[in-house]
Amino acid sequence: MSQNTHPIQIHDMTIAYHKKPVLWDVDLDVPEGQLVGIIGPNGAGKSTMIKAIMDLVPKASGWVKIYGKDYGEMRKIIGYVPQRESVDWDFPISALDVVLMGRYGHIGWMRRPGKEDRCIARESLDKVGMGDFAERQISQLSGGQQQRVFLARALAQDARIYMMDEPFAGVDAATERAIIDILVTLREQGKTILVVHHDLQTVTEYFNWVIMLNMRVVASGLTREVFTDENLQKTYGGRLTVLSQAAQAMAEQRRGDR
Amino acid sequence: MIEISGSFWIVLTGVLATASCGLLGTFLVLRKMSLLGDALSHAVLPGIAIAFLLSGSRAIVPMFLGATLFGLVTTLLVEAFHKKWQVQEDASIGVVFTALFALGVVLITAFAGQVDLDQECVLYGEIAYTPWDLLLWGEYSLGPRPVWILGGVLAVNLLLVTLFYKELKIASFDPAMAVSVGINATLIHYLLMAMVSLTTVASFESVGAILVVAMLIVPGATAYLWSDRLEVVIGLAMFFGMSSAVVGYYLASYWDSSIAGAMVVVVGGIFLFSLLFSPNQGVLSRLWQRLQLSLQVAQDHMLLALVRRDEEVEERARLRPDELVGSAAVLGILAQMAFRRLRWRRLLQQVDGMVELSAAGEQVALGLLRKHRLWETYMNRLGLPEDHVHAPADVIEHFISAELEAELGAEVGDERDPQGKQIPPSG
Repeated sequence: MSQNTHPIQIHDMTIAYHKKPVLWDVDLDVPEGQLVGIIGPNGAGKSTMIKAIMDLVPKASGWVKIYGKDYGEMRKIIGYVPQRESVDWDFPISALDVVLMGRYGHIGWMRRPGKEDRCIARESLDKVGMGDFAERQISQLSGGQQQRVFLARALAQDARIYMMDEPFAGVDAATERAIIDILVTLREQGKTILVVHHDLQTVTEYFNWVIMLNMRVVASGLTREVFTDENLQKTYGGRLTVLSQAAQAMAEQRRGDR
Repeated sequence: MIEISGSFWIVLTGVLATASCGLLGTFLVLRKMSLLGDALSHAVLPGIAIAFLLSGSRAIVPMFLGATLFGLVTTLLVEAFHKKWQVQEDASIGVVFTALFALGVVLITAFAGQVDLDQECVLYGEIAYTPWDLLLWGEYSLGPRPVWILGGVLAVNLLLVTLFYKELKIASFDPAMAVSVGINATLIHYLLMAMVSLTTVASFESVGAILVVAMLIVPGATAYLWSDRLEVVIGLAMFFGMSSAVVGYYLASYWDSSIAGAMVVVVGGIFLFSLLFSPNQGVLSRLWQRLQLSLQVAQDHMLLALVRRDEEVEERARLRPDELVGSAAVLGILAQMAFRRLRWRRLLQQVDGMVELSAAGEQVALGLLRKHRLWETYMNRLGLPEDHVHAPADVIEHFISAELEAELGAEVGDERDPQGKQIPPSG
């Protein structure tokens, strides 16, 4: 496979907020058709990285190529699921309205969503099991349902690359399962999915590729190869964090056995 | 030609101004930028003053240019202070608009002698003079100038909001998403701010610099209390604004007071009314719902008290009304109301001064008892000690839906509850 066919290439990218760097010298190459987990401690720059790929934050240096081209040319093939808390869920619109927003990039300025767009939006809602909630005002949905609506919106974008910022944050087990099933389906269709993820226990189960971040890329590669104790320690800086995570995982397992 | 009365023109001016304000104000409120709207409406003042001084007249085009320019300058400055120099956002808004507003006041008062720009009029509006400020075409009068200006501004606003509705919607709800699909949220932001500046200037003459803020913010905030559909919220905001213009005018003539002041008082009244009475979020409707719930709980408790007695005695259990009311375990007056409602629903019948369950009442009561015991049994199964299951079940029984009941029923089967009592069958 030649280099420029890779969905995401990042070269020597540095991001700084108010002159304080949050991501250093990122070099990355994500091959097509991977379900990628981005992990790392708080403040490691996980969200910042996907925002930088999508040109939502300015880069201090370096470049990003999407299938060998600039983001601006390729934005239609990228679907985005922002953090759920990033929007006001009291906004007076329905679930269907939100999902329709996934079509806006295809519709163009000053034009209205058409019949076909509505059709796609409804199908997307069905895919995430939210078909019955299309007309519901979004504040009346539970956290998990809101997250599903966001996922449906990304599906409606009909993209080849998906960026998801903590889609599993604050959702129940059923929703987490439903989301991961959809992600796996997407990967099987040859799409590339980047997911900012927090729960170390599910990394090996969910993702076949992992990017370990701590203000720089500690490791990136196939999960079975790079998701090692050594890399975890480098990423999370010291045993303590990992140990507490492990303890938590054991506690969770015990609760699950009951 | 038919003579159109002065008051018609005044009301029309007010209606056109408030319609524009309501339309844009809704977006300000939804974007949580009420304060920025407030700031803009003040900060455009130097723009007006400078345009006025330069052109020496009240020609509308220089005024629009001056005001829009200062509106955008305000937006830029607020953003720069906030993002580049890390001043708190509300503080930077406060600094920018008060400074610019003060500059405007200084300009107007310093040159007031030379030009016909009245501080009072800019601040408080002079809508009452509308009928005499005529737009002339040669010798013919085309009607008052403000009506034409405000009508034009409303048309422009309606056109832009219609054209960019989708963009406004996504940029207001989720700006990052907007940018990621190629809709420039910053551009939309400036477009909206430019529209607000334009509208503010056009409305100045009718409602004044201070009160125009009320018309930008209050109708939008009010409409938001009544609906959760964006289109409806916008429509209602315009409607509330316009009706306050009409009602305000007649109130002002009745009281012989400031017209703009009366309009704002009315729109404030509509807001207060909505806060109290709106069906979803109103204070009263919430109180009402809480009362209904308490009544429901009290009724359930009385039915349960009777049906439990039924289990203990051979024939149908009877209680004295005051015993039954006491069993509700709520405030006396609520219990009385609940008792009356039970009788009205014909779930109770009275025999020789005592009350017992009617056939229908027994049905309902057994259903409740089933839910209560299902929950207890289920909780007990989860390993909670016996003394931990009764009290929660007392609360949860009122909220168990038919689906949950079916689910619990399937889980529990025909077990007995932790106290060894029979769980009534469903239906």
